[in-house]
Amino acid sequence: MTSQGSTPGRLPGAFASQSPSSFTEFLSAHSPNMLPSNRELPSVAPAGEHFPHGTTIVTVTFPGGVVMGGDRRATAGNIIAQRDIEKVFRADEYSAIAIAGTAGIGIEVVRLFQVELEHYEKMEGRTLSLEGKANRLATMVRGNLGMALQGLVVVPLFAGYDEERDAGRIFSYDAAGGRYEEHEFYSIGSGSVFARGSMKKLFRSDLSEEDAVLVAINALYDAADDDSATGGPDLTRRIFPVVSAITADGYRRLSDEAVGAHVESMVESRMRTPGGPPAPLR
Amino acid sequence: MPFYVSPEQAMKDKADYARKGISRGRSVVVLQYADGILFVADNPSRALHKISEIYDRIAFAAVGKYNEFENLRQQGVRYADVNGYMYDRRDVTARGLANAYATALGTVFTDSNKPYEVEIVVAEVGVDVASDQIYRLTFDGSVADEQGYVAMGGQVDEVAAALKDRFEDGLPLARALGVCVHALEQQDTDRHLEAGQLEVAVLDRHRDHRLFRRLPAARIKQLLEEAGGGAPAAPEASEGEDSGTGDSGGDDTSGGDDTSGGDDTSGGDDTSGGDDTSAE
Repeated sequence: MTSQGSTPGRLPGAFASQSPSSFTEFLSAHSPNMLPSNRELPSVAPAGEHFPHGTTIVTVTFPGGVVMGGDRRATAGNIIAQRDIEKVFRADEYSAIAIAGTAGIGIEVVRLFQVELEHYEKMEGRTLSLEGKANRLATMVRGNLGMALQGLVVVPLFAGYDEERDAGRIFSYDAAGGRYEEHEFYSIGSGSVFARGSMKKLFRSDLSEEDAVLVAINALYDAADDDSATGGPDLTRRIFPVVSAITADGYRRLSDEAVGAHVESMVESRMRTPGGPPAPLR
Repeated sequence: MPFYVSPEQAMKDKADYARKGISRGRSVVVLQYADGILFVADNPSRALHKISEIYDRIAFAAVGKYNEFENLRQQGVRYADVNGYMYDRRDVTARGLANAYATALGTVFTDSNKPYEVEIVVAEVGVDVASDQIYRLTFDGSVADEQGYVAMGGQVDEVAAALKDRFEDGLPLARALGVCVHALEQQDTDRHLEAGQLEVAVLDRHRDHRLFRRLPAARIKQLLEEAGGGAPAAPEASEGEDSGTGDSGGDDTSGGDDTSGGDDTSGGDDTSGGDDTSAE
């Protein structure tokens, strides 16, 4: 523990400060260099593309919850930097966060956000509302603006179960910290255009949780179909998308076996119809 | 200072003062059971807690003045979260936290006129009973490494004696809770504690991620009935605990909030045992 100016009755230094129940606020007073937003950047030409990038994230709501899925590829330029990266994380008991963009910074933002939520909960003895969580995340993304302008863009996608509405909700962000609530389904990352087109055709308002998982897996497959930076399911190595469901029962990551079974049956049916399940024209 | 007071006398006065304050409140019991560590406080308040989560495997229990131990608790949460963020979640340990608290309490005791009137327990649940750690910290910053059970605050001697009689290793949850409640009832003659008057939490080593859980009143009642009926303990599958996190469950708000020490049960002069002023 760093000791800076100990006062009687206090743990050393800033642990004793009466700051609000926000971990980020506390950290920016205590050790600002640990925050991604407080780093000085050298003024050189943007070099973001040399670092691994996370690609496509999809999220689909269904009555009583929301499903979030991400492919497993990270790219650095034209190289596949990692083939089994995880980009969907548990934020807290009732929410999930996923990242697209510069993976290094994205993962740091996720860790910080996880601690932020837990810290608030322990300090205050209650959990933040879903909007409260979404707003905290917006502030953290905004703090990264300087780096975004240097080419180190990271954009999260946040989804959670809202206990008041008994429904899943989705929040998207831009690099400037703008926070937008999305409805029904949404996607971010390089393959998001194709994923969103796919979900538009497959989404129904009365999906079951299992069907919502199928929509997400299909959308990721379609994204990988047309976007080179998005990884498709790797059947030989058995690397499947990370898929999580958030409902009244909390956050639950689906097992690789469960996702694998869905993926295998989807690939099987795509052997006959490579474009995936057709939407009825009339 | 106008008059000379010998250091011995000053320290003794401070210690007496702190002990007196601590013995005015109600007791808290911490006990190892088969699946982890059980915390039971005689505390009817639903809002002001004597038992709280610090980190994944670490919890905090305190008696004495609410504002003083709440302050310590918040600092402990900050300490744990910063260290877990800086290194890894596994690198946050009860021992480190206990040392930090010992330093803080010791400094207050020697440097300021008024010592903290608190006694705290920092407990970390391990992978098995042998690796559980329970540290008891007193107002002067001394640390004791405890095994099995700890009683603190209020009429601590009576409570500790009752625990000593009935405690066994590896009790199932319901029976362990029965032992704790019986011990807490020894604070007064004719004291009977209902589920609504108890604050109960566990560090359950068989859970995932964050092991701290508060038990809601309904679950406490069920466990007490189980313990009272002498029935064999039900399998842990029947958990009805708070799902996850906070204390959002707005169940019965029985009783006032008297988490601050200075209320009834006044009878006792300084009965708080544990006179070991030896720093560890």
